[in-house]
Amino acid sequence: MKHHFLHTGDVELEWHETGEGAPILYLHGGQGFFPDDAFVAELARTRRVIVPSHPGFGKSSLPDWLDCVSDIAHVHLALLDYLGLDEVDVVGCSIGGWIAAEMGTMSPERFGRIVLAAPVGIKVGPVDRLDVPDIFALSQEQVTGLFYHDAAKFRFDASAHSDDRLTIIVRNRETLTLLTWEPYMHNPKLRHRLQRVTAPTLILRGGSDGFVSADYANAYARLIPNASVETIEAAGHNIAEERPEALAARVEAFLADPQTTKTLWRNAG
Amino acid sequence: MRAWFFSENAYPDLPPETEYDSIRVTLPNSLYDPKKGAALYDRYIDEWLVAEEEGLDIMLNEHHQTPTCVDPAAPLVLAALARLTSKARLLLLGNPISNRRDPVRVAEEMALADILSHGRLEVGFVRGVPYELAAANSNPVRTNERHWEALDLILKAWTTRDGPFSHEGQFFHHRNVNIWPRPYQDPHPPVWVSATSPGGAARVGSRGFVQATFLTGFGGTPRVYESYRQGWREAGRGAVTPVNRLAYAPLLYTSPDPARARAGAEQLLWYLKANKVPVHYKNPPGYVPVDVNVRFLRGAMPQLAASIKDLNVEKAIEAGIMFAGTPDQVFEQVKHFYGKVGGFGHMLLMGQAGFLDHEDTVHGIRTFARDVYPRLKEAFPDDAASGADEERVQAVAG
Repeated sequence: MKHHFLHTGDVELEWHETGEGAPILYLHGGQGFFPDDAFVAELARTRRVIVPSHPGFGKSSLPDWLDCVSDIAHVHLALLDYLGLDEVDVVGCSIGGWIAAEMGTMSPERFGRIVLAAPVGIKVGPVDRLDVPDIFALSQEQVTGLFYHDAAKFRFDASAHSDDRLTIIVRNRETLTLLTWEPYMHNPKLRHRLQRVTAPTLILRGGSDGFVSADYANAYARLIPNASVETIEAAGHNIAEERPEALAARVEAFLADPQTTKTLWRNAG
Repeated sequence: MRAWFFSENAYPDLPPETEYDSIRVTLPNSLYDPKKGAALYDRYIDEWLVAEEEGLDIMLNEHHQTPTCVDPAAPLVLAALARLTSKARLLLLGNPISNRRDPVRVAEEMALADILSHGRLEVGFVRGVPYELAAANSNPVRTNERHWEALDLILKAWTTRDGPFSHEGQFFHHRNVNIWPRPYQDPHPPVWVSATSPGGAARVGSRGFVQATFLTGFGGTPRVYESYRQGWREAGRGAVTPVNRLAYAPLLYTSPDPARARAGAEQLLWYLKANKVPVHYKNPPGYVPVDVNVRFLRGAMPQLAASIKDLNVEKAIEAGIMFAGTPDQVFEQVKHFYGKVGGFGHMLLMGQAGFLDHEDTVHGIRTFARDVYPRLKEAFPDDAASGADEERVQAVAG
């Protein structure tokens, strides 16, 4: 895997690259990205996979003006400009799905197909009920229970990590907090903008996801003109970590499907 | 040395700890009996009045969603005390300005309290303990940055005299700041900032505000005070940092009767022990720096937390977080602590907590005020230099 840094504005963006073929932009979830990722390795068998560490995650810098997910969408669009990629497929997990959705509303023409795995980012329920559970008001063990089908396999063990990796893990969690604390896990405007997304979009959800509910995933799909929802069984919220091969297989099939076409904007007819 | 009597207005009548998950944030208010609560406020306010009567100054604090300190709107209690008292200085330490959405409102509240008290107010600002973040839905990340932007805006609101100014900051936006009334004290009330870490204290020192640290004992206090002095010197405020810039908050109980002194001191430990709180409220991500959190994951424990489990009166005194015993014993303990930490000019007495009743609280206040405080004032003048002994000698000689 190749490791690079891009200086765009006052952001120093770490990004990784592996594989050959048509490009996929992969947008990681709240836990960040580590080069030993099994899901990306699977995708890279057939595609060139580009993985930025979002600002504030990994080794990417976090300027003091950057405090919301929309800001990250702009930074990643700058990465696509730098790479000269006029059109890419994009796969985003959890907060990465939110970033992908924002990008899809900002520059719909740049995305061939979009996969959102357990995305957050919209608010659809009533004011007095959280759409997704408050992970900052739960113990680590409770969060793990929400995030995995087989939670016992994914218990956090600090002793398994080097200091450098622990530092990245802690910083990732701090940045996730900054970005998602309020409004909690959503941009209230996003639901009104998703009608601009033109790419065929697949929303995937783990069958045991205790964080993103089936209702939430379906609501997301209804807001995007050409979107569908599917379930990957025996997976929780962190599908890419828990079932990387199953996720990669479904993603590859969707991205390769020649039958799906981009939606024209409603006013174009 | 100035002594300030400090009460957190505890509501101690709770079920056993096994019956709830957390004493903070999530404890249902069905457990609060308003009639009992009203009687407690009457009692606590009376205790502050006794403190004034006995020649102590008064300190209040503000916390949210917890029975350990049922003072969620400290400016209200401050306003009451501003009219009920006539001579004591009134310190609100403090306003949790990282978590307040509108610093200009804080400036107005404090200016009004200063007027009501005819200029006896001293204003403290705090970043706020970590549990406060959930209560305010305040982002744990960038609390320091919000704190200082808010503080500077408040100072400007207090001191601008010629009509509205605007503030378009990183966190706060106002286009017509023009508070009425302005403070009674000119240019503004004395400013205090609490910090229990060396990093925070250096910044307070650079600004010359009074620095307060709570329960940091022999272990933490010297580093905090030395950082303050370093900030003070580096900002060009002079080689000597006077002790009146440094404050310490211990638990304190004294009685001529050794048995009663010990019994009262044991009651005060409630404040430290009644602290069942899950990790996610004690340490939300971003509240402390990344490197500190990495050390926590490696098993390091916050200094105070490590010893709470088996804390008793002797250990608390030994650690310097409690001064307790007969007046002679308390005086000697404070003197010893003063020497070890390099001097301090304000003592914020936590003289009530948990089930310490009114009679015993008043007894403790009176004994301290009559038999300890005069000796402290004589032994530790307000304008003394702070610093390590040799440093103070050099400062005085220079």
